[in-house]
Amino acid sequence: MTSEARHPVNLSALYQQVILDHYKKPRNKGAVERAVLKKHLHNPTCGDDVEVQVSLGEDGRIDDVKWNGRGCSISMASASMMSVALKGKTLAEAQELMQSFYRMIQGEEGNYKALGEIQALSGVSKFPVRIKCATLAWHCLEEGMKEYEGGDANG
Amino acid sequence: MALDVARIRQDFPILHQEMNGHPLVYLDNAATTQKPRQVIQALVEYYEGYNANVHRGIHTLAERATDAYEGARAKIARFIGSPSPNQVVFTRNGTEALNMIAYGWLRQRLRPGDVIVTSGMEHHSNLIPWQQAAQAAGAQIKYIELLPDGTLNQEHYDRLLAEGNVRFVAFSGASNVLGTLNPIKEMVAKAHQVGAKVAVDAVQVVPHMPVNVVDWDADWIAAAGHKMLAPTGTGFLWGKMELLEEMEPTYFGGSMISEAHLSGAKWAECPAKFEAGTPNIADFIAFGAAVDYLSSLGMENVYAHEKALTEYAWERLSEIGGIRLFGPRQPRAGLISFDVEGIHPHDLSAVLNADGVAIRVGHHCAQPLMEILDVPATNRASFYIYNTQAEIDRLVESLLHAKEFFGYDV
Ligand SMILES: Cc1ncc(COP(=O)(O)O)c(C=O)c1O
Repeated sequence: MTSEARHPVNLSALYQQVILDHYKKPRNKGAVERAVLKKHLHNPTCGDDVEVQVSLGEDGRIDDVKWNGRGCSISMASASMMSVALKGKTLAEAQELMQSFYRMIQGEEGNYKALGEIQALSGVSKFPVRIKCATLAWHCLEEGMKEYEGGDANG
Repeated sequence: MALDVARIRQDFPILHQEMNGHPLVYLDNAATTQKPRQVIQALVEYYEGYNANVHRGIHTLAERATDAYEGARAKIARFIGSPSPNQVVFTRNGTEALNMIAYGWLRQRLRPGDVIVTSGMEHHSNLIPWQQAAQAAGAQIKYIELLPDGTLNQEHYDRLLAEGNVRFVAFSGASNVLGTLNPIKEMVAKAHQVGAKVAVDAVQVVPHMPVNVVDWDADWIAAAGHKMLAPTGTGFLWGKMELLEEMEPTYFGGSMISEAHLSGAKWAECPAKFEAGTPNIADFIAFGAAVDYLSSLGMENVYAHEKALTEYAWERLSEIGGIRLFGPRQPRAGLISFDVEGIHPHDLSAVLNADGVAIRVGHHCAQPLMEILDVPATNRASFYIYNTQAEIDRLVESLLHAKEFFGYDV
Protein backbone atom coordinates (compact mmCIF):
# COMPACT_ATOMS: atom_id res chain seq x y z
CA MET A 1 0.00 0.00 0.00
CA THR A 2 1.21 3.49 -0.74
CA SER A 3 1.28 6.08 1.97
CA GLU A 4 -1.59 7.86 0.27
CA ALA A 5 -3.74 4.80 0.59
CA ARG A 6 -3.11 4.70 4.31
CA HIS A 7 -3.64 8.40 4.90
CA PRO A 8 -6.97 9.56 3.57
CA VAL A 9 -6.74 12.36 1.06
CA ASN A 10 -7.66 15.66 2.62
CA LEU A 11 -9.68 17.43 -0.04
CA SER A 12 -9.91 20.71 1.81
CA ALA A 13 -6.13 20.83 2.09
CA LEU A 14 -5.93 20.82 -1.69
CA TYR A 15 -8.93 22.99 -2.39
CA GLN A 16 -8.89 25.82 0.11
CA GLN A 17 -11.78 28.24 -0.05
CA VAL A 18 -9.71 31.01 -1.60
CA ILE A 19 -8.79 28.66 -4.49
CA LEU A 20 -12.40 27.85 -5.21
CA ASP A 21 -13.20 31.55 -4.99
CA HIS A 22 -10.60 32.48 -7.61
CA TYR A 23 -11.74 29.58 -9.76
CA LYS A 24 -15.37 30.69 -9.67
CA LYS A 25 -14.62 34.40 -9.92
CA PRO A 26 -11.38 34.66 -11.85
CA ARG A 27 -9.63 38.03 -11.57
CA ASN A 28 -7.94 39.81 -14.46
CA LYS A 29 -9.11 37.67 -17.31
CA GLY A 30 -8.59 39.19 -20.74
CA ALA A 31 -5.82 40.99 -22.60
CA VAL A 32 -3.73 44.03 -21.67
CA GLU A 33 -3.38 46.96 -24.02
CA ARG A 34 0.33 47.24 -24.60
CA ALA A 35 1.70 43.86 -23.64
CA VAL A 36 5.48 43.78 -23.49
CA LEU A 37 5.46 40.26 -22.25
CA LYS A 38 3.11 37.64 -23.58
CA LYS A 39 3.30 33.89 -23.32
CA HIS A 40 0.91 31.04 -24.10
CA LEU A 41 1.60 27.57 -22.70
CA HIS A 42 -0.26 24.31 -22.92
CA ASN A 43 0.02 21.21 -20.81
CA PRO A 44 -0.94 18.38 -23.15
CA THR A 45 -1.24 15.74 -20.43
CA CYS A 46 -4.25 17.41 -18.85
CA GLY A 47 -5.22 19.94 -21.50
CA ASP A 48 -4.60 22.98 -19.30
CA ASP A 49 -4.06 26.05 -21.42
CA VAL A 50 -2.99 29.49 -20.18
CA GLU A 51 -1.85 32.76 -21.72
CA VAL A 52 -0.41 35.54 -19.61
CA GLN A 53 0.09 39.14 -20.75
CA VAL A 54 1.97 41.81 -18.85
CA SER A 55 2.48 45.50 -19.49
CA LEU A 56 4.98 47.78 -17.80
CA GLY A 57 4.50 51.36 -16.64
CA GLU A 58 6.99 54.18 -17.18
CA ASP A 59 8.55 53.41 -13.81
CA GLY A 60 9.33 49.88 -14.99
CA ARG A 61 6.75 48.35 -12.69
CA ILE A 62 4.10 45.95 -13.85
CA ASP A 63 1.01 48.06 -14.39
CA ASP A 64 -1.30 45.43 -15.82
CA VAL A 65 -1.53 41.66 -15.92
CA LYS A 66 -4.21 39.75 -17.75
CA TRP A 67 -4.62 36.10 -18.49
CA ASN A 68 -6.81 33.72 -20.39
CA GLY A 69 -7.15 29.99 -20.48
CA ARG A 70 -8.98 26.89 -19.58
CA GLY A 71 -8.13 24.12 -17.22
CA CYS A 72 -8.68 22.75 -13.76
CA SER A 73 -9.44 24.83 -10.68
CA ILE A 74 -5.83 24.67 -9.51
CA SER A 75 -4.39 26.04 -12.75
CA MET A 76 -7.08 28.70 -13.14
CA ALA A 77 -6.95 29.84 -9.52
CA SER A 78 -3.18 29.94 -9.66
CA ALA A 79 -3.26 32.18 -12.75
CA SER A 80 -5.85 34.43 -11.16
CA MET A 81 -3.95 34.79 -7.88
CA MET A 82 -0.70 35.38 -9.71
CA SER A 83 -2.24 38.17 -11.75
CA VAL A 84 -3.34 39.93 -8.60
CA ALA A 85 0.02 39.50 -6.88
CA LEU A 86 2.12 40.80 -9.76
CA LYS A 87 0.59 44.23 -10.12
CA GLY A 88 2.93 46.99 -9.06
CA LYS A 89 5.98 44.73 -8.87
CA THR A 90 9.22 45.25 -10.73
CA LEU A 91 10.34 42.36 -12.90
CA ALA A 92 13.04 41.58 -10.36
CA GLU A 93 10.42 41.37 -7.63
CA ALA A 94 8.23 39.23 -9.86
CA GLN A 95 11.19 36.93 -10.39
CA GLU A 96 11.69 36.66 -6.64
CA LEU A 97 8.01 35.93 -6.05
CA MET A 98 8.10 33.25 -8.73
CA GLN A 99 11.14 31.51 -7.23
CA SER A 100 9.47 31.60 -3.85
CA PHE A 101 6.31 30.10 -5.34
CA TYR A 102 8.30 27.30 -7.03
CA ARG A 103 9.98 26.43 -3.74
CA MET A 104 6.66 26.33 -1.90
CA ILE A 105 4.98 24.18 -4.53
CA GLN A 106 7.86 21.70 -4.42
CA GLY A 107 7.18 21.33 -0.71
CA GLU A 108 10.35 23.05 0.53
CA GLU A 109 10.17 24.34 4.09
CA GLY A 110 10.31 28.11 4.32
CA ASN A 111 8.60 31.36 5.02
CA TYR A 112 6.17 32.16 2.26
CA LYS A 113 4.33 35.07 3.80
CA ALA A 114 5.31 37.30 0.87
CA LEU A 115 3.11 35.12 -1.35
CA GLY A 116 0.01 36.25 0.54
CA GLU A 117 -3.13 34.36 -0.44
CA ILE A 118 -1.12 32.30 -2.92
CA GLN A 119 -0.01 30.30 0.10
CA ALA A 120 -3.36 28.56 -0.23
CA LEU A 121 -1.75 26.54 -3.01
CA SER A 122 0.88 25.07 -0.69
CA GLY A 123 -1.28 21.94 -0.28
CA VAL A 124 -0.64 21.13 -3.95
CA SER A 125 2.88 20.04 -3.04
CA LYS A 126 1.35 16.87 -1.58
CA PHE A 127 -0.27 16.04 -4.93
CA PRO A 128 2.67 15.68 -7.31
CA VAL A 129 0.49 15.25 -10.43
CA ARG A 130 -1.13 18.61 -9.76
CA ILE A 131 2.09 20.62 -9.43
CA LYS A 132 2.15 21.16 -13.19
CA CYS A 133 -1.35 22.64 -12.99
CA ALA A 134 -0.34 25.11 -10.30
CA THR A 135 2.83 26.21 -12.06
CA LEU A 136 1.48 26.67 -15.62
CA ALA A 137 0.71 30.41 -15.34
CA TRP A 138 4.00 30.98 -13.54
CA HIS A 139 5.84 29.21 -16.34
CA CYS A 140 4.16 31.63 -18.74
CA LEU A 141 5.53 34.48 -16.66
CA GLU A 142 8.97 32.88 -16.45
CA GLU A 143 9.30 32.25 -20.17
CA GLY A 144 7.72 35.59 -21.03
CA MET A 145 10.28 37.35 -18.85
CA LYS A 146 13.11 35.40 -20.43
CA GLU A 147 11.97 36.36 -23.91
CA TYR A 148 11.50 39.98 -22.85
CA GLU A 149 14.93 40.21 -21.28
CA GLY A 150 16.52 38.34 -24.18
CA GLY A 151 14.86 40.76 -26.61
CA ASP A 152 16.01 43.71 -24.56
CA ALA A 153 19.59 42.57 -24.54
CA ASN A 154 19.58 41.96 -28.27
CA GLY A 155 17.81 45.11 -29.22
CA MET B 1 -25.36 -17.29 -17.59
CA ALA B 2 -24.92 -14.39 -15.22
CA LEU B 3 -21.48 -14.02 -13.68
CA ASP B 4 -21.18 -14.86 -10.01
CA VAL B 5 -19.59 -11.53 -9.22
CA ALA B 6 -19.37 -12.08 -5.47
CA ARG B 7 -17.31 -15.19 -6.08
CA ILE B 8 -15.21 -13.52 -8.75
CA ARG B 9 -14.38 -10.69 -6.38
CA GLN B 10 -12.95 -13.16 -3.89
CA ASP B 11 -10.32 -14.01 -6.48
CA PHE B 12 -9.04 -10.42 -6.59
CA PRO B 13 -7.11 -9.61 -3.40
CA ILE B 14 -6.48 -6.00 -4.45
CA LEU B 15 -10.19 -5.16 -4.47
CA HIS B 16 -10.52 -5.78 -0.75
CA GLN B 17 -8.83 -2.68 0.50
CA GLU B 18 -9.89 0.69 1.69
CA MET B 19 -8.94 3.69 -0.35
CA ASN B 20 -8.95 6.96 1.54
CA GLY B 21 -11.29 5.48 4.09
CA HIS B 22 -13.73 3.93 1.63
CA PRO B 23 -13.92 0.50 0.03
CA LEU B 24 -12.00 0.76 -3.25
CA VAL B 25 -14.08 1.05 -6.41
CA TYR B 26 -11.81 0.31 -9.36
CA LEU B 27 -13.22 1.67 -12.61
CA ASP B 28 -10.04 2.08 -14.64
CA ASN B 29 -10.07 -1.29 -16.35
CA ALA B 30 -9.52 0.07 -19.83
CA ALA B 31 -6.07 1.18 -18.66
CA THR B 32 -5.22 -2.14 -17.06
CA THR B 33 -7.28 -4.71 -15.20
CA GLN B 34 -6.63 -6.23 -11.80
CA LYS B 35 -5.16 -9.73 -11.54
CA PRO B 36 -6.86 -12.71 -9.91
CA ARG B 37 -5.10 -15.01 -7.44
CA GLN B 38 -4.92 -17.69 -10.13
CA VAL B 39 -2.76 -15.43 -12.29
CA ILE B 40 -0.56 -14.32 -9.42
CA GLN B 41 -0.28 -17.97 -8.36
CA ALA B 42 0.94 -18.95 -11.84
CA LEU B 43 3.81 -16.51 -11.41
CA VAL B 44 4.67 -17.88 -7.99
CA GLU B 45 4.51 -21.50 -9.18
CA TYR B 46 6.84 -20.76 -12.07
CA TYR B 47 9.41 -18.91 -10.00
CA GLU B 48 9.23 -21.35 -7.09
CA GLY B 49 8.88 -24.52 -9.11
CA TYR B 50 10.28 -24.44 -12.64
CA ASN B 51 12.05 -21.21 -13.44
CA ALA B 52 14.30 -21.86 -16.46
CA ASN B 53 14.93 -20.40 -19.86
CA VAL B 54 12.75 -21.66 -22.69
CA HIS B 55 13.63 -23.33 -25.99
CA ARG B 56 17.20 -23.90 -24.86
CA GLY B 57 17.99 -26.43 -22.16
CA ILE B 58 17.41 -30.16 -22.34
CA HIS B 59 16.95 -30.46 -18.61
CA THR B 60 13.55 -31.04 -17.05
CA LEU B 61 13.05 -27.55 -15.67
CA ALA B 62 13.66 -26.07 -19.11
CA GLU B 63 11.21 -28.52 -20.63
CA ARG B 64 8.55 -27.65 -18.08
CA ALA B 65 9.08 -23.94 -18.64
CA THR B 66 8.93 -24.37 -22.41
CA ASP B 67 5.77 -26.46 -22.20
CA ALA B 68 4.05 -23.90 -20.02
CA TYR B 69 5.18 -20.99 -22.17
CA GLU B 70 4.10 -22.62 -25.41
CA GLY B 71 0.98 -23.91 -23.65
CA ALA B 72 0.01 -20.32 -22.95
CA ARG B 73 0.40 -19.52 -26.64
CA ALA B 74 -1.92 -22.38 -27.52
CA LYS B 75 -4.51 -21.17 -24.99
CA ILE B 76 -4.42 -17.65 -26.40
CA ALA B 77 -4.66 -19.01 -29.96
CA ARG B 78 -7.76 -21.01 -29.02
CA PHE B 79 -9.22 -18.02 -27.20
CA ILE B 80 -9.22 -15.92 -30.37
CA GLY B 81 -9.94 -18.75 -32.82
CA SER B 82 -6.50 -18.75 -34.44
CA PRO B 83 -5.95 -21.70 -36.79
CA SER B 84 -2.47 -22.19 -35.31
CA PRO B 85 -0.63 -21.14 -32.14
CA ASN B 86 2.28 -20.14 -34.36
CA GLN B 87 0.30 -17.14 -35.54
CA VAL B 88 0.40 -15.65 -32.06
CA VAL B 89 3.51 -13.53 -31.55
CA PHE B 90 4.20 -12.42 -27.99
CA THR B 91 4.94 -8.73 -27.46
CA ARG B 92 5.40 -6.42 -24.50
CA ASN B 93 2.04 -4.73 -25.00
CA GLY B 94 -0.45 -3.67 -27.67
CA THR B 95 1.78 -0.84 -28.82
CA GLU B 96 4.69 -3.11 -29.65
CA ALA B 97 2.43 -5.39 -31.68
CA LEU B 98 1.27 -2.46 -33.85
CA ASN B 99 4.83 -1.22 -34.29
CA MET B 100 5.92 -4.66 -35.48
CA ILE B 101 3.47 -4.36 -38.38
CA ALA B 102 4.84 -0.92 -39.22
CA TYR B 103 8.48 -1.99 -39.06
CA GLY B 104 8.15 -5.52 -40.32
CA TRP B 105 5.75 -5.06 -43.20
CA LEU B 106 4.45 -1.57 -43.95
CA ARG B 107 7.69 0.39 -44.14
CA GLN B 108 9.19 -2.01 -46.67
CA ARG B 109 6.19 -1.65 -48.99
CA LEU B 110 4.97 1.89 -48.66
CA ARG B 111 5.70 4.08 -51.71
CA PRO B 112 5.18 7.78 -52.39
CA GLY B 113 1.55 8.29 -53.33
CA ASP B 114 0.33 5.28 -51.37
CA VAL B 115 -2.52 5.87 -48.97
CA ILE B 116 -3.07 4.67 -45.41
CA VAL B 117 -6.62 4.88 -44.10
CA THR B 118 -7.30 5.15 -40.39
CA SER B 119 -9.53 7.32 -38.18
CA GLY B 120 -9.47 10.19 -35.73
CA MET B 121 -10.70 8.02 -32.86
CA GLU B 122 -7.51 5.97 -32.66
CA HIS B 123 -5.28 5.51 -29.66
CA HIS B 124 -1.84 7.06 -30.32
CA SER B 125 -0.47 3.53 -30.57
CA ASN B 126 -2.67 2.90 -33.59
CA LEU B 127 -1.80 6.23 -35.18
CA ILE B 128 1.78 7.35 -34.64
CA PRO B 129 3.39 4.18 -36.10
CA TRP B 130 1.45 4.77 -39.32
CA GLN B 131 2.13 8.51 -39.36
CA GLN B 132 5.83 7.81 -39.00
CA ALA B 133 5.81 5.20 -41.74
CA ALA B 134 3.86 7.53 -44.04
CA GLN B 135 6.26 10.39 -43.43
CA ALA B 136 9.27 8.22 -44.12
CA ALA B 137 7.79 7.00 -47.41
CA GLY B 138 6.09 10.17 -48.60
CA ALA B 139 2.77 8.36 -48.38
CA GLN B 140 -0.52 9.95 -47.38
CA ILE B 141 -2.83 9.26 -44.43
CA LYS B 142 -6.56 9.73 -44.77
CA TYR B 143 -8.89 9.76 -41.79
CA ILE B 144 -12.37 8.31 -41.75
CA GLU B 145 -14.81 10.96 -40.58
CA LEU B 146 -16.32 10.69 -37.13
CA LEU B 147 -20.09 11.18 -36.93
CA PRO B 148 -21.62 13.19 -34.08
CA ASP B 149 -22.79 9.99 -32.37
CA GLY B 150 -19.20 8.77 -32.12
CA THR B 151 -19.37 6.17 -34.89
CA LEU B 152 -17.30 6.17 -38.05
CA ASN B 153 -18.94 7.45 -41.21
CA GLN B 154 -19.00 4.26 -43.25
CA GLU B 155 -19.92 6.09 -46.46
CA HIS B 156 -16.91 8.29 -46.05
CA TYR B 157 -14.82 5.17 -45.52
CA ASP B 158 -16.20 3.78 -48.80
CA ARG B 159 -15.26 7.00 -50.56
CA LEU B 160 -11.71 6.98 -49.17
CA LEU B 161 -11.24 3.42 -50.35
CA ALA B 162 -12.67 4.31 -53.77
CA GLU B 163 -10.24 7.20 -54.17
CA GLY B 164 -7.57 4.62 -54.79
CA ASN B 165 -3.98 3.72 -53.83
CA VAL B 166 -5.00 2.45 -50.42
CA ARG B 167 -2.35 -0.01 -49.31
CA PHE B 168 -3.10 -0.26 -45.64
CA VAL B 169 -6.05 0.27 -43.28
CA ALA B 170 -5.85 0.39 -39.49
CA PHE B 171 -8.74 0.93 -37.10
CA SER B 172 -9.75 -0.04 -33.61
CA GLY B 173 -12.36 -2.67 -32.96
CA ALA B 174 -13.46 -0.71 -29.92
CA SER B 175 -12.58 2.87 -29.06
CA ASN B 176 -10.94 3.30 -25.67
CA VAL B 177 -12.59 6.71 -25.30
CA LEU B 178 -15.92 6.63 -27.10
CA GLY B 179 -16.68 2.98 -26.49
CA THR B 180 -17.71 2.72 -30.13
CA LEU B 181 -17.73 -0.83 -31.48
CA ASN B 182 -16.70 -0.57 -35.10
CA PRO B 183 -18.12 -3.09 -37.59
CA ILE B 184 -14.88 -5.05 -37.87
CA LYS B 185 -15.91 -7.70 -40.35
CA GLU B 186 -17.51 -5.27 -42.79
CA MET B 187 -14.67 -2.79 -42.61
CA VAL B 188 -12.08 -5.51 -43.19
CA ALA B 189 -13.99 -6.90 -46.17
CA LYS B 190 -14.28 -3.46 -47.80
CA ALA B 191 -10.55 -2.86 -47.44
CA HIS B 192 -9.79 -6.24 -48.97
CA GLN B 193 -11.99 -5.41 -51.95
CA VAL B 194 -9.57 -2.63 -52.91
CA GLY B 195 -6.54 -4.82 -52.21
CA ALA B 196 -5.49 -3.17 -48.95
CA LYS B 197 -4.19 -5.04 -45.93
CA VAL B 198 -5.89 -4.40 -42.60
CA ALA B 199 -4.71 -4.22 -39.01
CA VAL B 200 -7.34 -4.21 -36.27
CA ASP B 201 -6.41 -2.69 -32.94
CA ALA B 202 -8.29 -5.21 -30.81
CA VAL B 203 -6.81 -4.08 -27.50
CA GLN B 204 -10.24 -3.08 -26.16
CA VAL B 205 -12.05 -6.00 -27.80
CA VAL B 206 -10.28 -9.23 -26.91
CA PRO B 207 -10.70 -8.78 -23.11
CA HIS B 208 -14.43 -8.17 -23.36
CA MET B 209 -16.21 -10.40 -25.86
CA PRO B 210 -15.90 -13.59 -27.90
CA VAL B 211 -13.40 -13.12 -30.71
CA ASN B 212 -12.84 -15.16 -33.81
CA VAL B 213 -10.00 -13.91 -35.97
CA VAL B 214 -10.92 -16.17 -38.87
CA ASP B 215 -14.39 -14.68 -38.93
CA TRP B 216 -13.01 -11.12 -38.85
CA ASP B 217 -10.58 -11.99 -41.64
CA ALA B 218 -8.23 -9.13 -40.61
CA ASP B 219 -4.62 -9.48 -41.68
CA TRP B 220 -3.30 -8.61 -38.23
CA ILE B 221 -4.75 -7.91 -34.83
CA ALA B 222 -3.05 -6.41 -31.79
CA ALA B 223 -4.06 -7.07 -28.19
CA ALA B 224 -2.76 -6.53 -24.66
CA GLY B 225 -2.72 -9.20 -21.96
CA HIS B 226 -2.54 -6.72 -19.11
CA LYS B 227 -6.02 -5.48 -20.01
CA MET B 228 -7.42 -8.99 -19.60
CA LEU B 229 -6.24 -10.09 -16.16
CA ALA B 230 -2.66 -10.95 -17.20
CA PRO B 231 0.46 -9.26 -15.82
CA THR B 232 1.89 -6.10 -17.35
CA GLY B 233 4.51 -6.75 -19.99
CA THR B 234 2.18 -8.95 -22.04
CA GLY B 235 0.57 -8.38 -25.41
CA PHE B 236 0.42 -10.13 -28.72
CA LEU B 237 0.35 -9.71 -32.44
CA TRP B 238 -1.78 -12.15 -34.38
CA GLY B 239 -1.32 -12.36 -38.14
CA LYS B 240 -2.26 -14.41 -41.13
CA MET B 241 0.51 -16.93 -41.63
CA GLU B 242 1.48 -15.81 -45.12
CA LEU B 243 1.88 -12.24 -43.88
CA LEU B 244 3.88 -13.23 -40.83
CA GLU B 245 6.13 -15.19 -43.16
CA GLU B 246 6.51 -12.19 -45.42
CA MET B 247 7.32 -9.84 -42.54
CA GLU B 248 10.77 -8.85 -41.40
CA PRO B 249 11.65 -9.36 -37.76
CA THR B 250 11.88 -6.18 -35.67
CA TYR B 251 14.67 -7.43 -33.41
CA PHE B 252 17.60 -9.64 -34.29
CA GLY B 253 19.76 -11.99 -32.23
CA GLY B 254 19.33 -15.10 -30.16
CA SER B 255 16.31 -17.41 -30.51
CA MET B 256 15.10 -15.87 -33.77
CA ILE B 257 17.41 -17.58 -36.27
CA SER B 258 17.35 -21.03 -37.80
CA GLU B 259 20.96 -20.79 -38.99
CA ALA B 260 23.66 -18.24 -38.32
CA HIS B 261 27.03 -18.00 -40.08
CA LEU B 262 29.71 -15.38 -40.29
CA SER B 263 28.36 -14.63 -43.74
CA GLY B 264 24.75 -14.15 -42.61
CA ALA B 265 21.71 -15.82 -41.08
CA LYS B 266 18.30 -17.30 -41.82
CA TRP B 267 15.28 -16.60 -39.71
CA ALA B 268 13.47 -19.16 -37.63
CA GLU B 269 9.85 -20.07 -38.32
CA CYS B 270 7.02 -17.98 -36.84
CA PRO B 271 6.59 -17.04 -34.10
CA ALA B 272 10.24 -17.53 -32.98
CA LYS B 273 11.35 -15.19 -35.77
CA PHE B 274 9.69 -12.33 -33.90
CA GLU B 275 10.77 -13.22 -30.38
CA ALA B 276 14.47 -12.47 -30.18
CA GLY B 277 16.17 -13.03 -26.84
CA THR B 278 14.86 -14.47 -23.61
CA PRO B 279 11.14 -13.73 -23.53
CA ASN B 280 8.94 -12.64 -20.65
CA ILE B 281 8.37 -16.27 -19.67
CA ALA B 282 6.62 -15.97 -16.32
CA ASP B 283 4.20 -13.27 -17.39
CA PHE B 284 3.10 -15.16 -20.49
CA ILE B 285 2.56 -18.33 -18.50
CA ALA B 286 0.38 -16.20 -16.25
CA PHE B 287 -1.33 -14.80 -19.35
CA GLY B 288 -2.29 -18.41 -20.07
CA ALA B 289 -3.82 -18.62 -16.59
CA ALA B 290 -5.73 -15.39 -17.28
CA VAL B 291 -7.17 -16.88 -20.46
CA ASP B 292 -8.17 -20.00 -18.52
CA TYR B 293 -9.93 -17.79 -16.02
CA LEU B 294 -11.85 -15.86 -18.67
CA SER B 295 -12.66 -19.01 -20.63
CA SER B 296 -14.13 -20.62 -17.54
CA LEU B 297 -16.43 -17.61 -17.12
CA GLY B 298 -17.37 -17.70 -20.80
CA MET B 299 -16.78 -14.63 -22.94
CA GLU B 300 -20.48 -14.33 -23.85
CA ASN B 301 -21.17 -13.99 -20.13
CA VAL B 302 -18.38 -11.47 -19.70
CA TYR B 303 -19.84 -9.40 -22.52
CA ALA B 304 -23.39 -9.65 -21.17
CA HIS B 305 -22.22 -8.61 -17.70
CA GLU B 306 -20.38 -5.56 -19.00
CA LYS B 307 -23.26 -4.67 -21.28
CA ALA B 308 -25.75 -4.69 -18.42
CA LEU B 309 -23.42 -2.66 -16.20
CA THR B 310 -22.79 -0.15 -18.95
CA GLU B 311 -26.48 0.28 -19.66
CA TYR B 312 -27.11 0.81 -15.96
CA ALA B 313 -24.24 3.29 -15.73
CA TRP B 314 -25.49 5.17 -18.79
CA GLU B 315 -28.89 5.53 -17.22
CA ARG B 316 -27.61 6.59 -13.83
CA LEU B 317 -25.04 9.02 -15.22
CA SER B 318 -27.68 10.59 -17.47
CA GLU B 319 -29.57 11.66 -14.35
CA ILE B 320 -26.76 14.03 -13.41
CA GLY B 321 -27.31 17.62 -14.47
CA GLY B 322 -24.70 19.12 -16.81
CA ILE B 323 -23.20 15.78 -17.75
CA ARG B 324 -22.23 14.95 -21.32
CA LEU B 325 -21.72 11.29 -22.23
CA PHE B 326 -19.55 10.58 -25.26
CA GLY B 327 -20.10 7.99 -27.96
CA PRO B 328 -23.07 5.89 -28.99
CA ARG B 329 -25.41 4.49 -26.36
CA GLN B 330 -25.54 1.03 -27.90
CA PRO B 331 -23.78 -0.97 -29.05
CA ARG B 332 -20.79 0.05 -27.00
CA ALA B 333 -17.84 -1.34 -25.14
CA GLY B 334 -17.89 -1.51 -21.34
CA LEU B 335 -16.70 2.01 -20.72
CA ILE B 336 -18.19 5.49 -20.62
CA SER B 337 -16.34 8.78 -21.10
CA PHE B 338 -18.05 11.86 -19.80
CA ASP B 339 -17.71 15.52 -19.03
CA VAL B 340 -19.33 17.34 -16.13
CA GLU B 341 -20.02 20.96 -16.93
CA GLY B 342 -17.89 23.35 -14.90
CA ILE B 343 -15.68 20.70 -13.33
CA HIS B 344 -12.38 19.90 -14.97
CA PRO B 345 -11.60 16.16 -15.07
CA HIS B 346 -8.61 16.65 -12.77
CA ASP B 347 -10.76 18.25 -10.14
CA LEU B 348 -13.44 15.65 -10.56
CA SER B 349 -11.08 12.75 -10.17
CA ALA B 350 -9.52 14.34 -7.09
CA VAL B 351 -12.90 14.24 -5.38
CA LEU B 352 -13.68 10.75 -6.67
CA ASN B 353 -10.30 9.55 -5.44
CA ALA B 354 -10.99 10.97 -2.01
CA ASP B 355 -14.19 8.91 -2.08
CA GLY B 356 -12.23 5.77 -3.02
CA VAL B 357 -13.39 5.72 -6.64
CA ALA B 358 -10.65 5.24 -9.25
CA ILE B 359 -11.40 6.44 -12.76
CA ARG B 360 -9.12 7.68 -15.51
CA VAL B 361 -9.01 11.31 -16.55
CA GLY B 362 -7.01 12.93 -19.30
CA HIS B 363 -6.70 12.52 -23.04
CA HIS B 364 -6.52 8.70 -22.91
CA CYS B 365 -3.69 8.69 -25.46
CA ALA B 366 -6.14 10.03 -28.03
CA GLN B 367 -5.29 13.70 -28.38
CA PRO B 368 -6.61 14.01 -31.94
CA LEU B 369 -9.96 12.72 -30.70
CA MET B 370 -9.97 15.28 -27.88
CA GLU B 371 -9.51 17.96 -30.56
CA ILE B 372 -12.39 16.55 -32.59
CA LEU B 373 -14.62 16.47 -29.49
CA ASP B 374 -13.31 19.92 -28.55
CA VAL B 375 -12.58 19.01 -24.95
CA PRO B 376 -9.22 19.28 -23.16
CA ALA B 377 -9.75 15.95 -21.46
CA THR B 378 -12.50 13.57 -20.41
CA ASN B 379 -13.38 11.40 -17.46
CA ARG B 380 -13.67 7.69 -18.16
CA ALA B 381 -15.19 4.90 -16.12
CA SER B 382 -14.45 1.43 -17.49
CA PHE B 383 -15.89 -1.81 -16.24
CA TYR B 384 -14.87 -5.42 -15.93
CA ILE B 385 -15.99 -8.76 -14.58
CA TYR B 386 -15.72 -7.82 -10.90
CA ASN B 387 -17.63 -4.53 -11.05
CA THR B 388 -21.14 -4.21 -9.65
CA GLN B 389 -24.16 -1.94 -9.90
CA ALA B 390 -23.48 -0.89 -6.32
CA GLU B 391 -20.09 0.40 -7.46
CA ILE B 392 -21.74 2.44 -10.19
CA ASP B 393 -24.01 3.89 -7.51
CA ARG B 394 -20.85 4.86 -5.63
CA LEU B 395 -19.55 6.56 -8.76
CA VAL B 396 -22.77 8.53 -9.17
CA GLU B 397 -22.83 9.46 -5.49
CA SER B 398 -19.27 10.70 -5.69
CA LEU B 399 -20.02 12.71 -8.84
CA LEU B 400 -22.82 14.44 -6.96
CA HIS B 401 -20.40 15.03 -4.11
CA ALA B 402 -17.98 16.65 -6.57
CA LYS B 403 -20.69 18.95 -7.90
CA GLU B 404 -21.60 19.97 -4.41
CA PHE B 405 -17.95 20.45 -3.46
CA PHE B 406 -17.37 22.80 -6.35
CA GLY B 407 -20.53 24.66 -5.53
CA TYR B 408 -22.99 23.53 -8.16
CA ASP B 409 -26.61 22.58 -7.59
CA VAL B 410 -27.09 18.84 -7.49
C1 LIG C 1 -7.49 1.04 -28.15
C2 LIG C 1 -6.10 0.88 -27.63
N1 LIG C 1 -5.11 0.61 -28.47
C3 LIG C 1 -3.84 0.44 -28.06
C4 LIG C 1 -3.50 0.54 -26.74
C5 LIG C 1 -2.09 0.34 -26.34
O1 LIG C 1 -1.93 -0.79 -25.56
P1 LIG C 1 -0.69 -0.96 -24.60
O2 LIG C 1 -0.82 0.07 -23.53
O3 LIG C 1 -0.77 -2.34 -24.11
O4 LIG C 1 0.54 -0.73 -25.42
C6 LIG C 1 -4.50 0.83 -25.81
C7 LIG C 1 -4.16 0.96 -24.38
O5 LIG C 1 -4.53 1.88 -23.69
C8 LIG C 1 -5.83 1.00 -26.26
O6 LIG C 1 -6.82 1.28 -25.41
